[in-house]
Amino acid sequence: MIAIVHYGLGNVQAIANIYRRLNLPVEIVTDGARLAVAERIVLPGVGAFDWAMSQLNDSGMRPALEAAMRSQRKPVLGICVGMQMLADRSDEGVLPGLGWVAGTVRRFDQGSAVSQMRLPHMGWNDVRPRQPGGLFAGLEAQARFYFLHSYYFAPANPESTLAETDYHGVFAASVRVGNVFGVQFHPEKSHQWGVQLLKNFAEVPSC
Amino acid sequence: MLRPRIIPCLLVKNGGLVKTQKFANPKYVGDPINAVRIFNEKEVDELIVLDVDATAQGREPDYQMIKNVAAECRMPLCYGGGVTTVEQFTRIVSLGVEKVAVSAAAVRNPELVARAAEVVGRQSVVVVIDVKKTAANRHEVFIVNGSQSSGVAPAAFAADMQRLGAGEIVVNSIDRDGGMQGYDLDLVRDVGAAITVPMSVLGGAGKLADIAALIREFGVIGAAAGSLFVFKGVYRAVLINYPNRAEKDALLAAALALN
Repeated sequence: MIAIVHYGLGNVQAIANIYRRLNLPVEIVTDGARLAVAERIVLPGVGAFDWAMSQLNDSGMRPALEAAMRSQRKPVLGICVGMQMLADRSDEGVLPGLGWVAGTVRRFDQGSAVSQMRLPHMGWNDVRPRQPGGLFAGLEAQARFYFLHSYYFAPANPESTLAETDYHGVFAASVRVGNVFGVQFHPEKSHQWGVQLLKNFAEVPSC
Repeated sequence: MLRPRIIPCLLVKNGGLVKTQKFANPKYVGDPINAVRIFNEKEVDELIVLDVDATAQGREPDYQMIKNVAAECRMPLCYGGGVTTVEQFTRIVSLGVEKVAVSAAAVRNPELVARAAEVVGRQSVVVVIDVKKTAANRHEVFIVNGSQSSGVAPAAFAADMQRLGAGEIVVNSIDRDGGMQGYDLDLVRDVGAAITVPMSVLGGAGKLADIAALIREFGVIGAAAGSLFVFKGVYRAVLINYPNRAEKDALLAAALALN
């Protein structure tokens, strides 16, 4: 069963609908006990970083989520702010992140050279996987996804970057460390490309 | 490459979809969920759904309708109509809506935009600016379905909203609504020069060439339309339509090559 962590944020229904259409067992979860029996876990997120972190912290599910990720090594997919929550910290807030993928979430326009960019980065953009297969199987060429964000994940280790996107420079559209995956875009709102990615996540090997 | 967005805009009234002309004469065009399903199949870039009754009737957003639409929607969704509080923003976002739009509430209570952005993030805060030309031939912001003048100029208002926390500005020409004679490009120039957040334009598109003309001049922008995507032919027969992927890519490539 794929558990979608429902801590009050993010489009849990749209993600669940896609898995149901794929005939894959899925459950919208509000109780840590269900995370313990899940095979893999989707962590969605919309909104400001601190709001998302505090909602997750207050949900009571964080200990079970930590255990599922660390002890049981279940695959976890963070989406949008859910990906940013995997970082150590964010320039958008003061609360610590989960710290599962070493890095900092930064605002796009803090570099001087990019002061003219329109923010948020909003709309459909190309995503280039660094390696074929895995989460991006079948999406190696011409995959496009919907983005909606003003902050991006800057991994401490460049090898954590799984896929890249251009927006006034290159940023990490996707990260991975071991069983932890993150995508900055919204696969649940990215038509058949997003469906393919969510299907791939359901098939990535458990560690 | 970040692409311009081509966005159907659906108006909800009494639970059904309508299309207006100059914000009047609503014509029933179908059921919201059915329309969303068709737009899913057509792989639209985004969808805007506006409840045109909520503010006029002074009532809460219809959360059940929003939830149903959001769950069905396989593309990003912007909802507007009757939103006046931060709690409503958070509730609507939690129903699976990516972006929440305000218009009258942003004019009456600009601080709402700032407070909502702090909670849901500015990427989810959209301000829709309904604009009409006054007798003096000046663009002015109107609210409550165009019924109330605000005395505010659109460009200055857009800049204020961006400063407070809006992540997107949707400029809607009341004069061009339902006319299908093309966008008010003067208005787009005026507002576009005042902001750096993404802008979308609504009101007037009657053919794909109108969208191409907008993208040719403004590059990466949101091109929204109601009538264009729900009517076919001079008799305004209801037929939900949208360019397929090849048509859309060709349109964007041609328009951006000349940009």
